[in-house]
Amino acid sequence: MRRSLAGRIWPNATAVVLALGFVFPVYWMFSTAFKPTRDIISKDPVWFPLHGTVEHFATAVNAPNFWQLAGNSVVVTVLAVGLSLLIALCGAFAVARMRFKGRRGILLTFMVAQMAPWEVMVISIYLIVRDADLLNSLLPLTFFYMLMVLPFTLLTLRGYVAAVPRELEESAMVDGCSRRQAFAKVVLPLLAPGLMATSLFGFITAWNEFPLVLVLNKEPGAGTLPLWLSQFQTQFGNDWGATMAAATLFAIPILILFLILQRKAVGGLTSGAVKG
Amino acid sequence: MAVQLDGAAGRTAPRTGKGGPPPVRRGRAARGAPYLLLLPALLATAVFLGWPMVRNLVLSFQKLNMKELIQHLTDWRGIGNYQEILGSSQFWRVTLRTIVFTGANVVLIMLFGTLIGLLLARLGKKMRLVLSVALVLAWAMPVIAATTVFQWLFDSRYGVVNWVLDRLGWHSMAAYDWVGTQLSTFFVITVLIVWQSLPFVALNLYAATTTIPKELYEAARMDGAGTWKVFTSVTFPFLKPFFLATTFLEVIWVFKAFPQIFAINQGGPDRLTETLPIYAFTEGVGNLHFGMGAAISLLTIAVLLAMTAYYLRLTLKQEEDAL
Repeated sequence: MRRSLAGRIWPNATAVVLALGFVFPVYWMFSTAFKPTRDIISKDPVWFPLHGTVEHFATAVNAPNFWQLAGNSVVVTVLAVGLSLLIALCGAFAVARMRFKGRRGILLTFMVAQMAPWEVMVISIYLIVRDADLLNSLLPLTFFYMLMVLPFTLLTLRGYVAAVPRELEESAMVDGCSRRQAFAKVVLPLLAPGLMATSLFGFITAWNEFPLVLVLNKEPGAGTLPLWLSQFQTQFGNDWGATMAAATLFAIPILILFLILQRKAVGGLTSGAVKG
Repeated sequence: MAVQLDGAAGRTAPRTGKGGPPPVRRGRAARGAPYLLLLPALLATAVFLGWPMVRNLVLSFQKLNMKELIQHLTDWRGIGNYQEILGSSQFWRVTLRTIVFTGANVVLIMLFGTLIGLLLARLGKKMRLVLSVALVLAWAMPVIAATTVFQWLFDSRYGVVNWVLDRLGWHSMAAYDWVGTQLSTFFVITVLIVWQSLPFVALNLYAATTTIPKELYEAARMDGAGTWKVFTSVTFPFLKPFFLATTFLEVIWVFKAFPQIFAINQGGPDRLTETLPIYAFTEGVGNLHFGMGAAISLLTIAVLLAMTAYYLRLTLKQEEDAL
């Protein structure tokens, strides 16, 4: 169908404006981080970091406890996501491939667990962790983050497991594999994209988590990066260059992961969407 | 962002077909296998979710302030906490504020998300890629990083927003303090949340439109339907499950928004931008009234359930039909 000139221009023009609007905050974070302070607090904004500098990154990295907290974040996130993938994979296999009493109830349990309002449960979690004498430890954080992503992981993986044709598994078993071998050699490799997509959302959740760590790990070296970043600005007054450098350091791992994995993730999440 | 996605999987992940495998006669060990496989997941859920839930319930009937906490006293109050909360005008104000805040954000997100999604479907290949990359970048920004950036954008002295407004001729905005009043603080929070949420809705809506058979559109066009008519008679009915699921997710996500509100101004000025989760947090952990905080958090869950009841009933019914 032919469209008028205006009909062809306005979608593109709108798209350009929108793209700029969505990119600008991200761009502004990077560009502020690389600008010397005099360009940041200039009367008129300096739009491009022409006099690039990494001094703000030095400030951010040398801020108290940065490496400690970055290490904490990585350890907690990787352990939480790894554990939940392992546990969820077993469970997903059972609900996708086996028939047993109570299956419906178990599925409902995970669906409800998925909506758990963690933000308002920090009070009781705080008291539990305090009674166990584990405040300022990474252990409770790891386990609670694991559970925050577990229901999502299990339910998503269930779909991926179900999508692997049963015949593949059966033919491997006919060829002499045990059920466990058939799973490891046939199903698992086919699940790789699903595992990656699922872990992406787990990583984001655990990497970003804020209310729980805010309450549980108050000691300076015990927290994770979200806590550090949210308090950075208070500590450094109005040093926006250093704050933006800190935000950049925090955002980079997720941005990279996302750009690599998002195509799979979006596809995986929406392939069943219209079926509802 | 992941919070918002947490709920997505159940709805949108590829689904098992009707029933499980054909029943095969197996030994006792094989019959126990599914339970054994599910045991770690169920155990973890019981310990790390079930227990805090129960503890929260028990706590909401106790008086637990600093004194009781230090001396390990248990002081039962019955429904005293609930009476006090439900009798305070503060609670009702915060509840109303939370509902209005959630409603406004979700409407904005769904409206513009749909428009951008439809725009994506209409664009040429190159332009679509450009806009998609921009959306993915915004989507991928970690919440706390994005919140910090928005604080910088809306900074009163050197923020770009004030500079642009000043340049556009609105000179009184040159040094405007965005977190100084309730409305302007909510404005910043809303812009932030909408900016963060639109990509999810837009990209998924676009992906979903690609599954609509082309013939439907052609048939509608042949019948002389305009753009609006095509949307209401083809796109919307076809994607109704998608709209329902997404709206539901956005309601949960906006309702629970914690880092954005807390990091921007701690619920200030004068606690005027506290929503229910922040209110529970400030009362419980901030003011050390743990029992009261627990009661508020349970009431918060009740409000959330009431807001999502329609969709929950629908899904549970569907899920039962599917099993």
